[in-house]
Amino acid sequence: MPKIKLPTKSPHIDMTPMVDLFSVVLTFLMLTATMRQTEPAPVETPTSISEKPTPDFNTMTLILSKDDRVFLNFDNGSDTAYKFRPKILAEMGKRYGVEFNEAELRQFEKYPSPMGVPILKMKEFLAAKSVKEKSVFETGIPIDSTDNQLAMWILYTRQINPNVQACIKGDSETGYPIVKEVLGILQDYKVNRFNLITNLEAVKVNIEEIKK
Amino acid sequence: MAEIIQEEKGEGKKKAKKHAPHIDMTPMVDLMCLLITFFMLTTAFNKPKIMEIILPEPQKENAPAPRISASRTLNIVLGPDNKIFTYPGTVKPEDYNNLPPLTETDYSATGIRQVLLERNVTLAKKIKDFENEVLTGKLVLTPDSVRGSIAKLKKVDDTGPIVLIKAYKKSNYGNVVDILDEMNICGIAIYMLVDITWYEEKMVETASGIAPSATALN
Repeated sequence: MPKIKLPTKSPHIDMTPMVDLFSVVLTFLMLTATMRQTEPAPVETPTSISEKPTPDFNTMTLILSKDDRVFLNFDNGSDTAYKFRPKILAEMGKRYGVEFNEAELRQFEKYPSPMGVPILKMKEFLAAKSVKEKSVFETGIPIDSTDNQLAMWILYTRQINPNVQACIKGDSETGYPIVKEVLGILQDYKVNRFNLITNLEAVKVNIEEIKK
Repeated sequence: MAEIIQEEKGEGKKKAKKHAPHIDMTPMVDLMCLLITFFMLTTAFNKPKIMEIILPEPQKENAPAPRISASRTLNIVLGPDNKIFTYPGTVKPEDYNNLPPLTETDYSATGIRQVLLERNVTLAKKIKDFENEVLTGKLVLTPDSVRGSIAKLKKVDDTGPIVLIKAYKKSNYGNVVDILDEMNICGIAIYMLVDITWYEEKMVETASGIAPSATALN
């Protein structure tokens, strides 16, 4: 039997269209990317019909997690041109007798996620290298009336950046008492206008239904 | 010698014409796949939205409480386990032993929304008509003046309910946002988030069948 000659060429698929498509998608994603922040606690926001987008700067976001911890974030992550994060930390340090050095202030400026650390543990928190080590200190900002550090954070934030807007990002399962407490603290410091961060949900109202 | 070189050149050219130059694109595709996956996972696509809420300045002590008409008042009490209760009017001190019953409803479109819309028909219709005029192009306005006009409609309205939202301690943040959202959907002109009173706590506890808490006793 004569051998059947197999073609020695390996089968070539023309990948050009695929590569074209990939490039387009990649370019699109790279240009539109706004990085998702890593969050110390998972927060599932409730939905609303509001269509106003969140402001990008001049914000302080209070994050209320399901397990009643309170986190604070400025300007959605790492510092913007205003550079007010280190100033706030320095003021806080002065208030509580903790001195932060240049390196620590810079690290706080760069820290991209919300933080929920008692101020006395802040030094150790900033020194910690990995996320895992850091998460040990994230017990939430104390809000008791005896040690109300959240109030001080709010006070100094508003002193250093008077244009700051308060945003509240809560998990839909966060209990109401903690929400009330935080709103109370904000109102004590004359913040009466809040932005509640929600997800968009489409709702239709039928006028015909009302008439019935 | 020169001839041989020419011949070789000729052969080379012929080969190049036969096969289109194939670049192995597999590594490139691999890399791109990887990058696309990375970007897709790290991109926050839909930006979160915000709902603005302005709370009134806390009352000074000794200041008289603002008086509102009882017939227009609708109390909404957010209960535990995503329950929601309503009752109209107020509870007078002489009725503390004989508390009015609560009506239970839910957060769906047929629940609380229906209750609110029924009481707010005139205003909701006015707002809807106005929005329709804008949508159909009868009125051409900037978004700001549309918002302003709706605010004005709400301001002059004196038929809609005055909604008092009271959250029981076992309700959650999602409930509060839901009900505030419902206010926006139904176009309620006057609503406020107020502290729950002890008798309302008692009413919720009897309505949802949980043991009364210590605060309800005093």
